[in-house]
Amino acid sequence: MKILVAVKRVIDYNVQIRVKEDGTGVVTDNVKMSTNPPDDNAIEEAVKIKEAGKATEIVAVTVGEEKAQETVRKALAVGADRGIHVKVDGIVEPLAVSKILQKIADKEKPDLIFMGKQAIDDDCNQTGQMLAALLNWPQATFASKIEVKDKSLEVIREVDEGLETIEVNVPAIVTCDLRLNEPRYASLPNIMKAKKKPVEQINSSDLGIDTKPRIEQIKVEEPPKRKAGIKVANVAELVEKLKNEAKVI
Amino acid sequence: MSALLIAEHNNKEVKPFTLNAITAASQIDKDLHVLVIGNKSEEVAKSISQIPNVKKVIHVDNEIYENFLAENFTSVIVKQAENYSHIVCSANTFGKNLMPRVAALLDTSQVSDIIKVISADTFLRPIYAGNAFATVKSSDSKKCITIRPTSFDPAATSGGSAEIVKADAGETNTFIKFIKREEVKSDRPELGTARVVISGGRGMGSGENFKLITEIADKLNAAIGASRAAVDAGYITNDHQVGQTGKVVVPDLYIAVGISGAIQHLAGMKESKVIVAINKDGEAPIFSVADYGLEADLFEALPQFLEELSKLNTIQK
Repeated sequence: MKILVAVKRVIDYNVQIRVKEDGTGVVTDNVKMSTNPPDDNAIEEAVKIKEAGKATEIVAVTVGEEKAQETVRKALAVGADRGIHVKVDGIVEPLAVSKILQKIADKEKPDLIFMGKQAIDDDCNQTGQMLAALLNWPQATFASKIEVKDKSLEVIREVDEGLETIEVNVPAIVTCDLRLNEPRYASLPNIMKAKKKPVEQINSSDLGIDTKPRIEQIKVEEPPKRKAGIKVANVAELVEKLKNEAKVI
Repeated sequence: MSALLIAEHNNKEVKPFTLNAITAASQIDKDLHVLVIGNKSEEVAKSISQIPNVKKVIHVDNEIYENFLAENFTSVIVKQAENYSHIVCSANTFGKNLMPRVAALLDTSQVSDIIKVISADTFLRPIYAGNAFATVKSSDSKKCITIRPTSFDPAATSGGSAEIVKADAGETNTFIKFIKREEVKSDRPELGTARVVISGGRGMGSGENFKLITEIADKLNAAIGASRAAVDAGYITNDHQVGQTGKVVVPDLYIAVGISGAIQHLAGMKESKVIVAINKDGEAPIFSVADYGLEADLFEALPQFLEELSKLNTIQK
């Protein structure tokens, strides 16, 4: 099987976000950027499937500005075979990303497409499902376990009520949960080797996709701050406060 | 044009968050219709018709909808969408799985997880795990919206009498097969709607130690939550996870025990009315959002907490 894995470059999950004073967005200058965490799980799963002899090639793809290529290089360093970087500047909404990925899928003809279930910057949770719709493929979202069968996958999904198991025929889309696996770190020799692996650059305009946002971001602001609380000395004081001051028990 | 809400249910009963979504959808458009897709789901259609905010119920009933597969739901929703300006659903795992599939086929850029309706085309939504709020305006003629259920009150469930209209089933797909659903049955209140939530983190040390939390939850009639670290460590099942990639809760009282308070966890609970943190690390970030912080070893504090609660004459349920 051939696996296409989509990865996104986002502000690192450990960074404390700062909202720009003019309300146009969040500060990204001199801020550490990384691969969107569940996209790391997507890459890891593809690599594990290949190591188990059930996949022949892994192609990592990203959509974004020039530096987004770093996320493809990282994917190559942990085991992807080659990369594709679709260059777009500015905000690209999930609908546009899924249209771009549809074009890539038409060309690459993968059996499986993996990606994280949600990006931790815009928190949209849309791209995988949208791509599945455009390709008319089944979607196994929020996957925490994948079993590769002959022409299908058995996937355990994390849902609000607990766990759900489905079987999807290939070709299929899987969106990965953080619990799917433990992503490995890239070793230095592999990082060096990854620099020699091929990364194809494509301009989104060459794919004929209109990436103009349909949603106007009018204002970005800080959420209301909680007022500072107090420390209590012991459990008795805590219960007294909850009972008589906060009146919640 | 009117708004169309996609109901979430289990073929017998309406899921509680559908009621919150109805409130949000009726703020977008007073002429609110609800689409019930299910199998042998007459009771669901009937109970939704009694919700005063609902003007019409469209009921599509067929065995292909038994397990609520998004792949099968999509064609029905896309067909019904012709008559509506807004398609609305809850931003829980049901709606998150379903709505983008619909939006893509309608060529609409979905607005996810809104927490406020500003006007019919402008909404407030959290981004970056709730560390920023974005006001966004959709320019698509047909809008697909998912709403954060805990940000809207549940709609009243009786007093209405909307007409129920039957509609035809859509296409079915053979490329996906439902195998099973493992639901965790519990007599406790649901995590998403509980008045009190007590959550444990990595500091609990083991699944067995969660019984310290269970005992207090019993006393307070609370739901039990957990941080991602506790779920990853296998202390408790995934349906308890609170946070950016788990559930968002807004209880009157949230008690965080042995949880350091990573921003990803705070994203799921910091709108709670009263927050209590119990942690032995006085520098833990959880204290920055806590109304009442107790710097203590949880293995001493929790038994004491239980004892103090037992001394109270009355406890709110």
